[in-house]
Amino acid sequence: MPNGLLSTAARQGLWLCHGCSLLCRLPQAEGQWRCPRCGAPLHRRKPHSLQFSWAFLLAAIISYIPANLLPIMRTEMLSGTQQDTILSGVVYLWKSGSWPLALVVFIASVLVPLLKILSMLFLLLTVHLRSRWAPWQRTRLYRVLEVVGPWSMLDIYVVGLLVALVRLQSLANIKAGPGAIAFGAVVVLTMLSAMKFDPRLIWDALEDDNEYKTHATK
Amino acid sequence: MSTLPALPDSHLPWASHMQECDLLQAMPEQHATHVFCCRCRSRLRHRRPDQLHRSLALQVASLLVFVLANVFPVVQLQAGGVYLATTLLGTAWQLSQEGMAPIALLIALTGGLLPGVELLSMLYLLLPLSLGWVPPGFPRVMRLLRALHPWGMIEVFLLGVLVSLVKLAHLAEVHAGIGLWSFFALILLLAGNAYCFDTDLLWEHQQTCQTAY
Repeated sequence: MPNGLLSTAARQGLWLCHGCSLLCRLPQAEGQWRCPRCGAPLHRRKPHSLQFSWAFLLAAIISYIPANLLPIMRTEMLSGTQQDTILSGVVYLWKSGSWPLALVVFIASVLVPLLKILSMLFLLLTVHLRSRWAPWQRTRLYRVLEVVGPWSMLDIYVVGLLVALVRLQSLANIKAGPGAIAFGAVVVLTMLSAMKFDPRLIWDALEDDNEYKTHATK
Repeated sequence: MSTLPALPDSHLPWASHMQECDLLQAMPEQHATHVFCCRCRSRLRHRRPDQLHRSLALQVASLLVFVLANVFPVVQLQAGGVYLATTLLGTAWQLSQEGMAPIALLIALTGGLLPGVELLSMLYLLLPLSLGWVPPGFPRVMRLLRALHPWGMIEVFLLGVLVSLVKLAHLAEVHAGIGLWSFFALILLLAGNAYCFDTDLLWEHQQTCQTAY
C-alpha cells in the first residue's frame, strides 16, 4: 500500500458531507458547520459512530435469542397444531424434500443474521484495538454487510404472506408467533448498527501510525 | 450552527474521494467509464451520457409498474372451494388484524410505502431537472432519498413470495398473480436505473440549472 504518497481528505481539512457526499473545506475557525449544498450538519466522521453501532449491535444480540427460541409461525390444521421456529422451519423444508428452498431460507434467516452480528462485533473490536490488519478486506466485509443486510427480512415476508393467505377456517389456519417480532427487530437493529458504523475508522488507524512514523524519523 | 459558504473548490471536478476510506484522489478529466478508489477499490463513478433522461424514463416506468404491483394480488390460493388472494398491503393489514402490528408495519413500510415515497421523490427531482429548473426543497428531498434508500426491500419481498408459493404448493392450488409479475418488472427497471445512476448526477444538474438562471 503506497500510504506515504497519499493523503486523506481529513488531513487536508476537507470533510465529506454525510447528507450529500460533497467535499467541503473547513475554515480555521472552531464551531459547527452546515454543508453549503444540502444543509446537513458536517462531521469529520459519522458522529458517535462507535457508540451507536455498539448500542444497536448489543440490542440485536439480545433480540437474537428470542428470535430463535420463540415460534415465528403457528399452523393449525385438521391433524393438529404445529409451532415452527426459524430453525425447525428450515428442517421441515429440508425433510419435505425441497432442499434448494431450505438452503435459501437457511442462508437468509440463519446464516446472514448470525454472520452479520459476528462481523459487526469483529469490525467494532478491531477498530477499538486500532488494528492495522487487512484494512482493505475489512472494508470489503463492511460493504458486503450493507448489501446482504436486508435479505434477512425474507422470513418475515414469508410468514406475513402465509398468514394472509392460509385462512381456510376449519381446514387450515396460519398465525404469526412472537418470534417473528423479535426476528424483525434483529434485522432492523443489525441494519442500523451497520449504518451507524463508519468504515473510515478502519483506515484512520493506518493514518495515525504513519504520522507517528514520520515524527519518529524527524 | 452556521452554514459554510459555498467555496469554489468544493465543486472542483478532481476533488473526489469516498465514503469508505477518506482517501483524496484526483478524478480523471474524461470519466465516461468506471472510476475506482486506488486504496480500498470501491467504485467512485460509473455513468453514461444522457443519464438524466434515461433515469427519468426508467423511473416513470417503475412508478407505473409499482402501482400495478400493489393493486393486483401477488399470490392467489384455491382450496376446497375457497378463493384467497393477497397484495403486499393486504398482507400487512391482515397481520395487523391479528395483533402483529410491529410486523405489519415493517412489511408495509419496507415493501410498499418507503419504495413508493422513494419513487415519487425521485420523479419530483428528475422531471423538473430534465426540463431545466430546480424544484423547491431540492436539498431536503435529496437527503430524504438518501435516508430512505437502504430501507426499500422489494427484491427481498419478491423472494419471499416465491418461497411462500413453494411452501403452499403442497397445501393448495396456488397461482402467481399479476402483482408478482409486476414486481419482477419493477426490480428489473430499478436495477437498470441503479446500474448507472448516482446522486451526484442530480447535484451537478442542479448546479448547472442554478447558474443558468
